Amino acid sequence: MASWPILSVTTFLPLVGALFIMLMRGEDEVVKRNARWVALWTTLITLAVSLVVLWRFDPSSAEFQFVEKKPWLAGTISYHMGVDGISLPFVILTTALMPICILASWRAIEMRVREYMIAFLVLETLMVGTFCSLDLVLFYLFFEGGLIPMFLIIGVWGGPRRVYASFKFFLYTLLGSVLMLLAIVAMYNEAGTTDILALMRHSFPLGLQKWAWLAFFASFAVKMPMWPVHTWLPDAHVEAPTAGSVILAAILLKMGGYGFLRFSLPMFPAASLDFAPLVFALSVIAIIYTSLVALVQEDMKKLIAYSSVAHMGFVTMGIFAATVQGIAGGIFQMVSHGIVSGALFLSVGVVYDRMHTREIAAYGGLVNRMPLYAAAFMVFTLANVGLPGTSGFIGEFLTLLGTFKVNNWVVTLATLGVILSAAYALWLYRKIIFGRLEKPSLAAIRDLGPREIAIMTPLVVLTILFGIYPKPVLDVSAASVTALIDNYHHALGAAGGTKAALLGF
Amino acid sequence: MLDLIDLPSIQLILPELVLVVGALALLMVGAVRGDGATGVISGLAILLLVVAGVLIGLQPAGKASAFYGSFLVDGYARFLKLLALTGSAVAILMSIEFLSAVGKQKFEYPVLILLSTTGMLVLVSAADLIALYLGFELMSLALYVIAAIDRDNTRSSEAGLKYFVLGALSSGMLLYGCSLIYGFTGTVSFAGIAKAAQGGGIGLTFGLVFLFVGFCFKVSAVPFHMWTPDVYEGAPTPVTAFFSAAPKVAGIAVFVRASIMAFPAILTQWQQIVVFVSIASMVLGAFAAIGQTNIKRLMAYSSIGHMGYALIGLASGSPEGVRSVLVYMAIYVAMTLGTFAGIIAMRRPEGPVEKISDLAGLARTKPAMAFFLAMMMFSLAGVPPLAGFFAKLYVFFAAINAGLYTLAVIGVVTSVVGAYYYLLVVKTMYFDEPAPRFVPMRPELGLVLAVTGLFVILFCVYPGPLVDAAGAAAQSLF
Repeated sequence: MASWPILSVTTFLPLVGALFIMLMRGEDEVVKRNARWVALWTTLITLAVSLVVLWRFDPSSAEFQFVEKKPWLAGTISYHMGVDGISLPFVILTTALMPICILASWRAIEMRVREYMIAFLVLETLMVGTFCSLDLVLFYLFFEGGLIPMFLIIGVWGGPRRVYASFKFFLYTLLGSVLMLLAIVAMYNEAGTTDILALMRHSFPLGLQKWAWLAFFASFAVKMPMWPVHTWLPDAHVEAPTAGSVILAAILLKMGGYGFLRFSLPMFPAASLDFAPLVFALSVIAIIYTSLVALVQEDMKKLIAYSSVAHMGFVTMGIFAATVQGIAGGIFQMVSHGIVSGALFLSVGVVYDRMHTREIAAYGGLVNRMPLYAAAFMVFTLANVGLPGTSGFIGEFLTLLGTFKVNNWVVTLATLGVILSAAYALWLYRKIIFGRLEKPSLAAIRDLGPREIAIMTPLVVLTILFGIYPKPVLDVSAASVTALIDNYHHALGAAGGTKAALLGF
Repeated sequence: MLDLIDLPSIQLILPELVLVVGALALLMVGAVRGDGATGVISGLAILLLVVAGVLIGLQPAGKASAFYGSFLVDGYARFLKLLALTGSAVAILMSIEFLSAVGKQKFEYPVLILLSTTGMLVLVSAADLIALYLGFELMSLALYVIAAIDRDNTRSSEAGLKYFVLGALSSGMLLYGCSLIYGFTGTVSFAGIAKAAQGGGIGLTFGLVFLFVGFCFKVSAVPFHMWTPDVYEGAPTPVTAFFSAAPKVAGIAVFVRASIMAFPAILTQWQQIVVFVSIASMVLGAFAAIGQTNIKRLMAYSSIGHMGYALIGLASGSPEGVRSVLVYMAIYVAMTLGTFAGIIAMRRPEGPVEKISDLAGLARTKPAMAFFLAMMMFSLAGVPPLAGFFAKLYVFFAAINAGLYTLAVIGVVTSVVGAYYYLLVVKTMYFDEPAPRFVPMRPELGLVLAVTGLFVILFCVYPGPLVDAAGAAAQSLF
């Protein structure tokens, strides 16, 4: 297919940039400036390469494309890369948000700039690699490796409680993941391979399916995060620097959802069916409970963090409904949430850079001094609410539609979450933007500068574009989603058939 | 039977002979030239270790035994011998600074390391209980003296004494175990024991338990680990670096060889013991390290934990399990030597320091050293994509394959607990405000840290050679 290993290039290009920055010598100021520019150019070139992938991608096929395979570990475990319609949107999301993150850190990070940029570029490699891996061990490598740079980003450049937050983040995620590692090993033992394509075709015995499903669930539920293992997220978000929060919310959380789609559903279909009620229950609790929690937050980032948990509840609900609309909606919701929540954290970053506080009470009446900011923030807030015409609506609507066919009680309760999200998001917006500008500290606040406009514009455009015209995202993933559902029902049918045969029907 | 000069045998023990003769010659040099020659002797000692390594590399592939079957040279022995030689050579290299300080020059130090290493090589090749005990004692006696090498320092003397008393106790138990086994099987050779042990029996099991006590002591596995933190802390840091690498390799080597070769018939019995020891070591290593403030003590508990992981591989009792032990030990040696290179470099103008808090803000005062040390910590914690992860991965592969699910689950959970204290070290280096600078790092320490650091980071790119070599080595045991 591809004559040159385009996915490996996309994956490892940022690492090359990181090495380049690492080797820089010279005066402090010069190094800082060069590090920023190198990081920006690296991420932009990576974005360009990934767009080539998108351009040459054939959306009508459900097969993995741009496949690369090389022997790696002891014969059976190989370096196997490839994308399909489910992983490609996440790859593009990652590469597209990285330059924005680098730009957002342009002025906010003044301390240890070089290390910061290195950490971000390494993180990009690991994130793209996670979505491109077609081997479980390789996937795990990228998936877990991301902990190291993120730990450092939160811990070194974070807020006052950064040490606590970084430890909590690292250990929570690690505990979930090591259980997944054991499941991977057990699957290797059963199927004799860790190749994802081969494992998708392998039918696992029900007992192993259940245990492995639970182990994978432990990892992805923490990453996602689902109630009740979401408590690391508000801490990590609040303490992380702005760009760190963006990456966390926009991409790292999506690894959980991606994992469910890539592994749990296709490899353990019977267990997925059995455990779907559990996922529904946790999703509904997440949607309603964390929305309520978001209502009483006094810290802007914490509020958005809780709203992320609620929105991810829609995703898990949609995925385990296992209908075309549910899964397509889940993917769309993840992409949309990646853009919107990333943008919301960037918006918080804009005022945080000026006032150095995230207290909601410290703001008010910003519309008087910052009209552009107010407009951009409004678009993102409404998208967060899920207003028709913004990207947030499509995802929520599709997941609700998809789940309604399976379980209408769950949908009824989940819809409450839409109302609650309007309550907290609009309340936040009113507190910060509207009202009279009374606080003397805000009297001299500046509106968006050119750099910030450059960051915000693409996000505003995409939010509205995908709200009106969601076809690009849905089309890319359509074939793969259909294939996923077909295989799922086929596997269940086969399993059901044997079960019935055993019972003597 | 009177062929006293058994030439094929001599050929097989040539590496060991080189080391012994070389050590004696160096002792002469030292006796004539005095402590001033320590530097030269250290260099020559490293050279001897390299020569021994080359000789081992030149040995023909396949199995060969010498001295009527008591000394066995196979792929397994060669792999572990090279590993032990590497550990010893690097340990001498890292001691150069310690040995060059005024009043601390002791030419016996490199000579003792050579003798101890000879013991290790014998131990690795031992195929009967007599050779095993000889190797064991040759290695240990030299180690006791090395622990107390800084004899004007009470902590060092205390470490040596403690190590000696407890070590003598464990040697006694080992010997008692040997005699029981001999008594119940009528032979000392591993192959003979394997044949005679088909039926098992209570007496044999007793012997086995005592034998294992001796092994556990040497590899500092719980519940025979008590000496480890005190000796690690009390001995001079370069000595600790030596203790943590090569003797552990030899200890694990003989543990595995004796279990697999001499007692295959009663696998289910010794498997229980190894599983218990492994779990206890992992749990203790993880929890007891949390409260430590001294980095050498921390490393002591860390090594206890790591031995627990290595023993998971043995517990599975399969060629795959042995391979995972070998991979684990190779990576462990790299990680531990690298970490100790960093610890030895913790030196202020007023002298060496060893509190974890002394590392504060190292990322700003010495970014390269902090980076490599941080990678070592993440690797010790088993975070991918670093080498330590692969070490654990192979061990878990073996455990799951053998159906040891509980052991594997406990293993991964304790690895998360263990991650906490490794992270604390990273946190101290990266998140805290800088403490006063260390003096510049010696080039040889920098070299060791950089080479092992690159190994740990880049292992994932090309893991094949090590894994394949370990696989071939493991196969030769079965």
